[in-house]
Order: sequence, then structure tokens, then C-alpha cells
Amino acid sequence: MKYKSTMNAVKTIFAIALIAVMTAGRPVATGYEIGDTATDFKLKNVDGKTVSLSDYKDAKGYIVIFDCNTCPYSKAYNDRIIALNKKYAPKGFPVITINANDPSISPGDSFEEMKSRAKSKNYDFPYLFDESQEVARAYGATNTPHVFVLDKVSANESKVAYIGAIDDNSRNANAVTKRYVEDAVDALLEQKTVPTTRTKAIGCTIKWKNS
Amino acid sequence: MKRLAFILLGFWWLTASAQSEAPLVKIQHLEKVMQTESDQIQVINFWATWCAPCIKELPLFEKLNAARQDVKVTLVSVDIDLDPDPDKVYRFVARKKLKSDVVILNETDPNSWIDKIDKSWSGAIPATLIVNSSTGKRTFVEKELKEGDLEELIASVKD
Repeated sequence: MKYKSTMNAVKTIFAIALIAVMTAGRPVATGYEIGDTATDFKLKNVDGKTVSLSDYKDAKGYIVIFDCNTCPYSKAYNDRIIALNKKYAPKGFPVITINANDPSISPGDSFEEMKSRAKSKNYDFPYLFDESQEVARAYGATNTPHVFVLDKVSANESKVAYIGAIDDNSRNANAVTKRYVEDAVDALLEQKTVPTTRTKAIGCTIKWKNS
Repeated sequence: MKRLAFILLGFWWLTASAQSEAPLVKIQHLEKVMQTESDQIQVINFWATWCAPCIKELPLFEKLNAARQDVKVTLVSVDIDLDPDPDKVYRFVARKKLKSDVVILNETDPNSWIDKIDKSWSGAIPATLIVNSSTGKRTFVEKELKEGDLEELIASVKD
């Protein structure tokens, strides 16, 4: 009996060590690279309905922005995000914003608070709640606001064409010299190469659960 | 009593004069801090007055700065990226009576300078860079630090 229990203990230790080795060797999910196929999602919008990329039958692409209510960078960019949709939704590139912050860490980013932001700022685009944070993880969003410009290559497939910041001046929209997102979408509309495909999205960390 | 009042006044004057030093600097200043040969380990923390986790971890840096002669702490405010007026930072430094060196980074286009600090930096704060010029080792973390983390990070660039 003694021998058996020792063997079991050894087996257990071995199993734990094996799991440790396996998880250590597994690459951490780093999200999308340029050219990757973006997964569709089904998330709850502030109007109570769900929204997916596939709902937009006539879209040529999408401007997906991981955003939130509370981050000072999100506030600084709020009007610019609204303007992006006004300019590009009619051209076939609608804005879709997604909040992935855990409201237990950031109460100002709860679904109720999202609703009141969308209402007070008259959002004419979706503001989706990624409650499980799975979409943010899959895309590799880390900050807010964090933009993913998607190029719809066929009815069911969209490829990532740009990842990063909206432009190069957070505090002053009038002093911007590089409009990364606009340049990317303009290039896609003209079927040209996107000039800058990656920048760093300066902002606040997405508030992950249990971290 | 009168003497005590004088001592208190003296303390007030000392702290008040220390507070006024939060110069506006360009990225070249930080590059100099990172690259100059020094006997001290450079601990460079990026923070802003609006960043709650940054403010929460600031006492760890203040404690480290006071406790260790072999470490030099520089607290880099990035407030200017959102607000051109540094007054908020001055008032914060005064209110918290920060003793570490505080500099205000006077840059607006983060994609032009962020990689000079560390290529892995996504652009969120708090973020901390630790450089040991005598061993050539450096470490960078982009997260809120807990008690004991700084000592471990410093040990990792020691030799």
C-alpha cells in the first residue's frame, strides 16, 4: 500500500511537471498580424440587439475599435471616432466599437454606462460589450482605443489590414499630421497598398478579468 | 514653541523648493539617462496623473529611492501627451511631496519615440524600465508593480 501511494504521488508530480512544461512551451496568444483572417463575432450592442460583421452585407470592410468610456485617451478620441463613421460608413467602411473592460475593475465601463455614453454622444454605430473578453483576446487588442481596419475580401472573409492608433496626436485633432486609419481605409478603397500597417495604440490597458 | 514653528517653516521651505523641479524634457534626455555610464541602476517609471494604477505604485518607487544609494529613480510623467498644461503635474508632485526626480516628457507623437524606450512597449502605462549601465543589462515591464517586484527586477540586471 505504501509503495502504491508513493507511486501515485510520483505520478501526480510527473503529471504536474508535464503540464507545466507543456503550458510553458505553448506560445502565448499574441492576436492578429497583418493579413490574418479576422474572426466574426456576435456581441450585444447598447440597443440590446446583437451585432456581427456578417450583418453588413454591403460593407467593403470595417473599422473595428476596442474602446471604452473611462480612458482619457478614449475621451480624447471620442469625437474623432464619431467622425470616422460619418466619413467612412457611407463609403462601405463602418465603425464598430467594442468595450472589453471588466466592469468589476472599471465600473464606469459597465453595460449601463456604455448605453448612456452612446446615447449622450448620439452614436450612429454599434458600441458592443465583449463581456467574456474573447473577441479582444482573439484580435490581440491590448489598449483603448485600439483600431483594427479589416478588408472584406469575400462574403465571409475579412483580412486585417491595419492595427494601431487612429492618428499621431492624441491631445489635439487639429495638430494631427499622420492619419493612420484614414490613410489605411483610403488605400483599401482605392485598392492600393496600405502605407502604414502597424502603429502602437497609445492608451489605457484593457482591464482584464482576474489580473 | 517658537523654535518648533521655525523648524516646521524650514521643512515647508525645503519641501516647497524641491517640488518646483519637474522639468519639461524631450526624449533625448531619457536616452541620456538610459545610456550614460553610472554606478547607479537607473529605474525609470512612466506614469500620469490620470492613471490610477500608476499612482497606486508610486510609493514603491519613493521608498526605493529613499532606501537605496545604488539606485536612481526617475519618474517620467506622460501627461503632456493629452494635456499641454503641466500645472496638474506640478500640483500633484507638490501634494504627494515626491522626492524622486520627476520629469515631464514634452512629446506628442508616441510612435516617434516609444520604441527608443523599449520595442515591446504597447503604449500603456504604468511601465517601468530598469537599466544597469555597468552590466549592460536592462528589463522592461508594462504592468502595475506590487511590493517586492522592483527589488526582484533590480536583482535581475545586477550581474
